[in-house]
Amino acid sequence: MTEPLLVVDGLEVQFATEDGWVTVLDKVSFSVERGETVGLVGESGSGKTVTSLSILGLLPRESSRVTAGSIRLDGVELVGMPKHKLELLRGDEISMIFQEPMTSLDPAFRVGDQIAEVVRRHRGCSRRQAWARAVEVLTTVGIPHAETRARSYPHEFSGGMRQRVMIAMALSCEPKVIIADEPTTALDVTIQAQVLDLLRAMRDEFGTAVVFVTHDLGVVADICDRAVVMYAGQVVEQAQIDDLYDRPRHPYTEALLSAMPQLTARSGRLATIPGATPPAGSMPTGCRFHPRCAHVVDECREGDRDGRVAARTLDGGGLSRCLRVGDLVLKGSA
Amino acid sequence: MTAPGIREADTASLDAREAISTPEQSARARFLRRFKRQVPALIALGYLVLVVLSALCAPLLATHDPLQQNLAGVLQPPGGGHVLGTDDLGRDVFSRALYAGRISLVAAAQAVAVAVLLGVIPGLVAGYAGRRVDAVIMRVTDALMSFPPLILAIAFVGVLGPSLTNAMFVIGVIFAPRFVRLVRGTVLSIREESFIEASRSIGTPTPRVIWRHVLPNALSPLIVQISLTAAMAMLAEASLSFLGLGVQPPDASWGSMIERGFRYTAAAPWLTIFPGLLIALTVLAFNLLGDGLRDSLGREIRRGS
Amino acid sequence: MGTGELVGSTPAGSAPVSEVVGLDVEFKIRGGLLGKGGTLRAVRDVGFEIGERETLGLVGESGSGKSTTGRAMLRLVEPTRGIVRLDGEDVTALKGQELRAARRRMQMVFQDPYSSLDPSMVIAESIAEPLDTHDSLSRAERQKRVEDLLDHVGLSKRYAQRYPYEFSGGQRQRLAIARAIALNPRLLVCDEAVSALDVSTQNQILNLLEDLQEEFGLSYLFIAHDLAVVRHIAHRVAVMYLGEIVETGPTDRLFDKPAHPYTEALLSAVPVPNPRRQRTRERIILSGEVPDAANPPPGCAFHTRCPHVMEICRSVAPPSVEAPGGGTVRCHLHTS
Repeated sequence: MTEPLLVVDGLEVQFATEDGWVTVLDKVSFSVERGETVGLVGESGSGKTVTSLSILGLLPRESSRVTAGSIRLDGVELVGMPKHKLELLRGDEISMIFQEPMTSLDPAFRVGDQIAEVVRRHRGCSRRQAWARAVEVLTTVGIPHAETRARSYPHEFSGGMRQRVMIAMALSCEPKVIIADEPTTALDVTIQAQVLDLLRAMRDEFGTAVVFVTHDLGVVADICDRAVVMYAGQVVEQAQIDDLYDRPRHPYTEALLSAMPQLTARSGRLATIPGATPPAGSMPTGCRFHPRCAHVVDECREGDRDGRVAARTLDGGGLSRCLRVGDLVLKGSA
Repeated sequence: MTAPGIREADTASLDAREAISTPEQSARARFLRRFKRQVPALIALGYLVLVVLSALCAPLLATHDPLQQNLAGVLQPPGGGHVLGTDDLGRDVFSRALYAGRISLVAAAQAVAVAVLLGVIPGLVAGYAGRRVDAVIMRVTDALMSFPPLILAIAFVGVLGPSLTNAMFVIGVIFAPRFVRLVRGTVLSIREESFIEASRSIGTPTPRVIWRHVLPNALSPLIVQISLTAAMAMLAEASLSFLGLGVQPPDASWGSMIERGFRYTAAAPWLTIFPGLLIALTVLAFNLLGDGLRDSLGREIRRGS
Repeated sequence: MGTGELVGSTPAGSAPVSEVVGLDVEFKIRGGLLGKGGTLRAVRDVGFEIGERETLGLVGESGSGKSTTGRAMLRLVEPTRGIVRLDGEDVTALKGQELRAARRRMQMVFQDPYSSLDPSMVIAESIAEPLDTHDSLSRAERQKRVEDLLDHVGLSKRYAQRYPYEFSGGQRQRLAIARAIALNPRLLVCDEAVSALDVSTQNQILNLLEDLQEEFGLSYLFIAHDLAVVRHIAHRVAVMYLGEIVETGPTDRLFDKPAHPYTEALLSAVPVPNPRRQRTRERIILSGEVPDAANPPPGCAFHTRCPHVMEICRSVAPPSVEAPGGGTVRCHLHTS
């Protein structure tokens, strides 16, 4: 059996703080198959963005380090790869879409030139060919009058259109994987629906795998095939989408699902998760979610391996980092 | 999982306990902790304290009367009865340098004070008031900044008469536009913060908004700029005194000591080297201190990852 | 367009706490070096009322004018035309000292908890600021009041002397609420007050707002783009598009049977957190984007994106009429 397209295996990342190095990612493992859309879900402080940045080798070099683990793209190890080699890979085999397209587009250059530049760097084709490719991808992502609009500057586009330009740029070299970090969070819902539709169409057309980083469980339900739920720097649950929502296997997932206000009916009092995500550097021992968990028992405070709870593989390919996964029956979304 | 009132309060304090895991008391404590790691700035601060103390205690430290001439022992090299030698009138260079330090430091402080007084208020007004007032203030500022500073200073002192106070007043006026610009820029960004609108929505009168919210938040860059301006004022004083437009004999500043010693550079280099070194070190120290302060003062608005 | 009419009705019996009639807010746009400036009508002929202990949800996308409406009610931006009444008194006519005095009855909770508290002040000072401006309390009274307020929003009084950066987003929003209720206001305008928060924290704040409404009889104008949140907290909802209110109604009616095509599209665009339901839901994907508010389309402002557009929509602006099931709607589908 061949390895999945993208494999993150036991990734451990530390950040420099005023009190020394602090571990922010604790043995994060997941994988993405060709053409699959995987949601990386979590609240702020869960480590989802750190994970996505480390896949691209975009963590700041002075203040962060990968202390263990491996990230493999199509069998090629990315951890420890020299900077110039990584730069060749980024935009070509793997590309990224950020939350705020305005900060990732250079305001001083025409969008067509920016896309053509990426194409030229990775494909080594002529200027004319690169420009033609830029117009082509802009057309693909639904920018009307792409030939004219390619000559516009980023500020001349609206938020939704800029995000389309970003997607066009990400697609320009037909990457194997796109990392999308909250790509629709800054957009209005009607525009979000358009962008999600576009991403879905791109995936179907080019078979691009997508890692979709988000906090929005509605968006995950809409676009993802599988989800990886993160909490406090760990993966706490992994499952196929339908399984995750029907029958979550980790109490944190259950709590998140029950906390989502419903559009279709007014709930009584809103469910809350008591407390807050613990800051990196002062993680509780045992299960990291135990101080906030509704199903906590004594063993949860101890953990079962090095003061932590080990991840458990479940029937059907899912994964849960809960000691009580065998005996708990958790509530899914209605 | 639904939390009735009492539970809600419980969860909230749990919330708080976890957010406040680092035992920090205040912004001041954080500043001190960071500043302690700025080694060059700490050395600079130590040096400046030493200079200020020795200027204050000049009468105690001086080995000779700085004005006492001794025509029998002119241009004596360092060593012997005079640590740093004597000048062309036989005065003790060490003692003169101590007293000159007083004058140089006071002069720099004077210029900075004038610059701050003339710069901060127009800066606040330009940043906070409307577009028209802003335009007027900034045009005046631009005009002032378009003159070459030294030429302007010479012209002013020429009119007002050569004296250190006049010279430093002029230097202060020349440096004021830097403060106007700095304060205006800071205020323009602060007034966009929603705590300003929040304060207005409460009904807080505008002067009070400026005094309680805008000014305190503009303070950090201001302190840095004061330190850097002190360095420039010191250099400017030296330049003017070197040209004879600053301090008048028999008093001396470090700048005027260089001017007087300049004529004997070949025969008695110590007359220029020592005051020159003092000026260079003090200017460097103010600059290093400014950089260190800038790195430790940064206004902090922390967010989740 | 004519005069703005009152839309929706308050719970029976009580006089409205706040009334907005025919509110217009215009901004001057400065032209470039050679271009001429123009006028942007950010809010056009907006009217509604909010009853005692009532929450009116104001929803719409960016540029719809919902935030400007809230700010104009509090006179944080100047209304160009129209009336804003608070307990029967027209706030738009107030000046100077009178206006300052009226501010104690209407307060605001801002979106960004990271910038709505002055980072250079300890939180006790921030919370006490409205008291300092309006009341002259003794030191002891002032301290007591700050501690009471902290208690009301579920924070320990031990934190009174801390700086904002030491608090999480949710806690800061609690602090902002404490400050907003310090003067016992009648009306609280919550401008995207929970959108910057994680879902679990967001719910804590929503529950807190509901508790405070009950306890102090507050009225809320709850401005938000998150429709699920609005469904939960609002009693009535007004939907804005391009500066106009296009539909109002009781929350359940508006969400279950939207009368305006825009409301319908907006609701269908929100992905529901349930993959099976999300796959089978009927979705309306609107084409195009919100038109430039400085240059709104003639006729119905929504006609450029409306799936049900008719000939009349391109030239005639629809009047506001009663919507089936309660509330009002501004659409030619209902004017026949």
